[in-house]
Amino acid sequence: MAAAKQKAVVYVRLKDGVLDPQGLTIQKALSQMGYKEFVSVRAGRFFELEIESNGRNIDELINQVCSKLLANPVIESYKVEKVK
Amino acid sequence: MKVGVVTFPGSNCDYDAYAVMKHVLHEEVEFLWHKSTDLAGSDLVILPGGFSYGDYLRAGAIARFSPIMEAVTKFANSGGLLMGICNGFQMLTESGLLPGALVRNSGIRFRSQSVYLTVENTETTFTNYYRPQEVLKIPIAHSEGNYYNFNGDIKRLEDDGLVLFRYCDQQGNVTKEANPNGSINNIAGIINKEGNIMGMMPHPERAAEKILGSDDGLKVFESVRAALTTRLQRTTAGKI
Repeated sequence: MAAAKQKAVVYVRLKDGVLDPQGLTIQKALSQMGYKEFVSVRAGRFFELEIESNGRNIDELINQVCSKLLANPVIESYKVEKVK
Repeated sequence: MKVGVVTFPGSNCDYDAYAVMKHVLHEEVEFLWHKSTDLAGSDLVILPGGFSYGDYLRAGAIARFSPIMEAVTKFANSGGLLMGICNGFQMLTESGLLPGALVRNSGIRFRSQSVYLTVENTETTFTNYYRPQEVLKIPIAHSEGNYYNFNGDIKRLEDDGLVLFRYCDQQGNVTKEANPNGSINNIAGIINKEGNIMGMMPHPERAAEKILGSDDGLKVFESVRAALTTRLQRTTAGKI
């Protein structure tokens, strides 16, 4: 029997208060294009993960990799969404 | 002294650091491969500049999990001298060996230029050859050199004198205009509280010979040599 795969999406964003030059630049570009309605843009990234847990606690594993590698806790926070 | 320069996939300043040690200071130096777990008896380990692992994810984020980093961390935690330049500084903050983080330059762009720095604390292993507030001309080359930390942690760094270098103008004035990347308080280089781990974004190894336009960076390495010599003498004396 093949091991069951779980999917999860991890969203990583800069914490409030951390300057996001990329988001600012995008916001300025939008404004120049005439879209003055978009007064703030903050950029982030997301990861699509496929996990073969082999009986281990998936939530715990995901949190481990998020705090160790996918996000830098000094400047970033993350949110996990499990995909059914 | 014996110096180890770590080569990661994507390092591109490892030879510069090697050349300063070997040809300018005439010291023993060797490259340490990132997959090795042996520091070859180094007294000083240098994490060089470059784009380790293509800067994927975040600069320095993947390199910090290289096999050699476990040995480097153990070495530093037991008092070994460790220095990170540019990408090496990013690895040090990513691994938590130095506080804070290096985020995208406030102007978004890669900055490759000469900058001026003031030396803020000359009573350290890495800066003892400089005069207080000496102004140095040293190149930078980075996209993520914007030093960030929480207010409280910045205050602690400042109060403890752990800021070693600040971006300034030619006269040594620390101004907003002289800040190339948006770093808080113009911070360009810091040291840990124990005084054995130093990280800086500017490249002293690229400014260690007059023919390169400046040799203002050489004293960083001369400082370490002087500190190590004293330390080694003390250790030897202790053994007798």
